[in-house]
Amino acid sequence: MHTAGAEPAVEAVGLVKRYGRTTAVDGLDLTVRRATVTAVLGPNGAGKTTTIELCEGYRAPDGGRLRVLGLDPVREAALLRPRIGVMLQSGGIYPGVRAVEMLRHVAGLHAHPLDVDALAERLGLAGCGRTPYRRLSGGQKQRLALALAVVGRPELVFLDEPTAGLDPQARHATWELVRELRADGVTVVLTTHYMDEAEELADEVVIVDRGRAIAQGAPLELGGGAAADVLRFAGRPGLDLASLRAALPAGSEVTEPSPGSYRVTGDVGPRLLATVTAWCAQHGVLADRITTRRHTLEDVFLELTGRELRS
Amino acid sequence: MTAVAGRYAPSPGAAPVSRMIAAQAAIETRMLLRQGEQLLLTVVIPTLLLVLFSGLDIVSLDASERGGGERVDFLAPGILALAVLSTAFTGQAIATGFERRYGVLKRLAASPLPRWGLMCGKTLSVLVTLLLQTALLTAVALLLGWSPHGNPVAVALLMLLGAAACSGLGLLMAGTLRAEATLAAANLVFVLLLFFGGVIIPLGDFPGALPDLLALTPLGALADGLRAVLRDGASLPWDDAAALAAWAVLGLAAAGRFFRWE
Repeated sequence: MHTAGAEPAVEAVGLVKRYGRTTAVDGLDLTVRRATVTAVLGPNGAGKTTTIELCEGYRAPDGGRLRVLGLDPVREAALLRPRIGVMLQSGGIYPGVRAVEMLRHVAGLHAHPLDVDALAERLGLAGCGRTPYRRLSGGQKQRLALALAVVGRPELVFLDEPTAGLDPQARHATWELVRELRADGVTVVLTTHYMDEAEELADEVVIVDRGRAIAQGAPLELGGGAAADVLRFAGRPGLDLASLRAALPAGSEVTEPSPGSYRVTGDVGPRLLATVTAWCAQHGVLADRITTRRHTLEDVFLELTGRELRS
Repeated sequence: MTAVAGRYAPSPGAAPVSRMIAAQAAIETRMLLRQGEQLLLTVVIPTLLLVLFSGLDIVSLDASERGGGERVDFLAPGILALAVLSTAFTGQAIATGFERRYGVLKRLAASPLPRWGLMCGKTLSVLVTLLLQTALLTAVALLLGWSPHGNPVAVALLMLLGAAACSGLGLLMAGTLRAEATLAAANLVFVLLLFFGGVIIPLGDFPGALPDLLALTPLGALADGLRAVLRDGASLPWDDAAALAAWAVLGLAAAGRFFRWE
């Protein structure tokens, strides 16, 4: 049994990787604590996959310092590889192999693998029978790739877009497995385009853009203040905003962007909602179409990385 | 789905290297034997050629080419050489090219199996396949009235040198060209050498300096060497062995130098 070491699972400082004239990773800093789930978010081409592949030891960085489980991923690859699990974006699996056969093969490369039949059952692969990999459904292929990443009982798992193209059931099954891994002390680093996935799973979210980590933090605290929470309601036009403002908790603001449409910002919670509806009742206002919205990770993401389409 | 506490608790480690190599050899062999196109190349075509050209007088073979015996006495050594080419060169090039293309090599590179272990697995898989091919083709040839001569050790040595030469060239192709280009080129080389490598048409039938040149190709040297032993009972044809060894050194060195894993 390996005990979780004191050093972080991943520690990157000023990481740089260039391909010809393009700089894929440009001074990226990243720290992944043990037994946590870290989601790496970013637009296409932001450098997510390159960063993960540097951690997996596929290529050497051109600059900066990188330690994975305290090891240099390229020079100490032989020591590192048995300890990590890897799920590539594109399968990397023999076209003619059967799901359980491949799982058994990769299990056989490890010293103390998981029980193959139980894992296949757990991920809904046991029923794939003699079907070759190339004829499995997209979801089955993804789940097999995930199973291959965890079957060797690794300390650290890298999942590159683990739920891309999955149906909701398969997505939730994948999330469930990631939660179980974390609960059992496995460190998980995943890349994703799905904000709800990051919010749902991650202890830590890292937003990567143009090869740099531009924000890192817990999903809820990330970018605090960058996008305000907001409550909207409709009422008769020309309400007394000064009176309502006086009733609201400190730090709140109310405006009437268009006649009869009101927008309250601040710490949107039960207290604010109760205050607004109580004020409306006192003033004989029938508040209509009340909506509240907390700023989502998606708002933060778009605010930080811009809304224009990336090629 | 109730989780057993600690089921995924980390317990990493690599299996013993010998076990990893054996597992890799086993899965590579299974993939090879399961694929119809590969079986066509490694089993069906050599067997068919052996039966067809032994039984039918399509290519005229004079008494010296038959070694004073049957047509099969000329054909069987050449077909064994062709079997080596089909598995170690064509089959391995195509399989490895597509493994590279589909990211299988990349995926395995992140596993505890070291690269040299992967290459050992591939080599073992080629040797196992070759053993099965040799057993089958020998049985068929014996049924057709083949009477082999010579020392089996010399035969094995020549076939191993031939397999090394073919593997180096096949891996060089797989590791440098696109998978589709490898598929086309490896099949083209197979067909060309089938006709011009002294397998079914004696090299002596070609004009001018061609016979001497063709005898230097991997298949030409292997077919010629095997025939010298199996048909003529020679001890070990050093010139053919030297040609194969040179191809092996060149091919494996170039493959080691230029092979791109992704």
